[in-house]
Amino acid sequence: MIKVEHLYKSFDDRMVLTDINATFENGRVNLIIGQSGSGKTVFMNNIVGLLTPDRGNIFYDDRDFVALSKRDKILLRREMGMIFQSAALFDSMSVLDNVMFPLNMFSDKSYEDRVKRAKECLARVNLAGTEGKFPKELSGGMQKRVAIARAIVLEPKYLFCDEPNSGLDPKTSIVIDELIQGITHEDNITTIVNTHDMNSVMGIGENIIFICEGKAEWQGSNLEIMDARNPRLEDFIFASDILRQVKEAHDAQG
Amino acid sequence: MLTFESALRGTGKYVMLMGRTLSRPDRWRMFYRQYVTEMFQLGYNSIGIVLIISFFIGAVICLQIKLNIQSPWMPEMVVGYTTREIMLLEFSSSIMCLILAGKVGSNIASELGTMRITQQIDALDIMGVNSANYLILPKVAGLITIMPILVTFSVASGIIGAYCTSFLGTTTVEELTVGFHYEFNQWFFWCGIIKAVVYAFIITSVSAYKGYTVVGGSVEVGKASTDAVVTSSVLILFADIFLTQILT
Repeated sequence: MIKVEHLYKSFDDRMVLTDINATFENGRVNLIIGQSGSGKTVFMNNIVGLLTPDRGNIFYDDRDFVALSKRDKILLRREMGMIFQSAALFDSMSVLDNVMFPLNMFSDKSYEDRVKRAKECLARVNLAGTEGKFPKELSGGMQKRVAIARAIVLEPKYLFCDEPNSGLDPKTSIVIDELIQGITHEDNITTIVNTHDMNSVMGIGENIIFICEGKAEWQGSNLEIMDARNPRLEDFIFASDILRQVKEAHDAQG
Repeated sequence: MLTFESALRGTGKYVMLMGRTLSRPDRWRMFYRQYVTEMFQLGYNSIGIVLIISFFIGAVICLQIKLNIQSPWMPEMVVGYTTREIMLLEFSSSIMCLILAGKVGSNIASELGTMRITQQIDALDIMGVNSANYLILPKVAGLITIMPILVTFSVASGIIGAYCTSFLGTTTVEELTVGFHYEFNQWFFWCGIIKAVVYAFIITSVSAYKGYTVVGGSVEVGKASTDAVVTSSVLILFADIFLTQILT
């Protein structure tokens, strides 16, 4: 479980995050949603330690990440996996080497065992047979799947996904969402997904935090979102005509 | 004042980055793999340009000295002697490193800059890898290792170039050989090696700093690449003055 308490973050004089409180439970897909520029990426970067908050605490189970020593932070990071918006695969390495990289750095397993584990992860994301290819030879969706395989190869306790569906077609996005959800449930991982994809919100949003102008405006599940009475959330979620009609139909049914 | 402040801040950031870089690798196995790769990419791939440039510069220095300095009043060995001293003391170390600052420096800055803007460095940091150490240390160690070999090749190539001028009829092999052997001081060769090692550190560390700290997109990567070449070149020239004073 990850718990965020009274988190503040500013850049120069501009306050980006104001008093954010949130709880991300394990075994569930937790979504951070919000408009572009609302502060959700800054929020996630604070949680993973790419940015340091001005104030507040971030607890990984019972460990306060902000207060940890540099050494302990590095050790905690080895329990994290992250999928970046751009996939962030290493261009100079093959798919197999990309997935094996965390094992090569931190595992004492033999070479054969490392290869075996990397191939298992690739098979799990339906990419068996692509081991020898390089990232530039793969489609966007395949690159994201390699990134997922790399993120889970060390069996992380915490999985972070920064806009994993960015630049993907709706069908591929669903595949990625289902993979993330499946891995989260099977491995009992605390997963946090940063997204503004409504399909993801409705499909896998077991716990959703809506960030607006740097503040946590609403928290609930995809089932509760239809009944939420928050004008800013409604304005964001039901921005398109189709979703507005779905909402109106839902409200009409009572 | 603002420029001085930003220069001071930049120096501080550079020192901190070097502090992270020059630490014990997380995994020696990975370090050695990267080290060999970098020696190949930065050093082996530069051998061609070093040989070609040194060959022609050696030949041109020889011709210029023959045509402009040598006279009946000068001993015959002056052409070979001067060519050798220029190659050993300045060209094969300092000038060749200025050339390599352009090739290797821009390569390092653009590679790391692209890794930064495509979040590959963030990915390393999230994994708990010391990204500065993993990415920069093998480059520094690789070029420092290969640089003495490049200097040696450069000197040899320059001397071969000088000998080749004898085909033009301007000099003779005999008078060049006498000059090349005249009062040879082995220490001058080591001066060139020591200088080149220092320059190798400057080129790799400064270029890596410029690339590693890129913020923005492709335009900023291009700017970092240019800055890396300019800054390394200026620092090499500064270091040249001090090293020449100290070593000779």
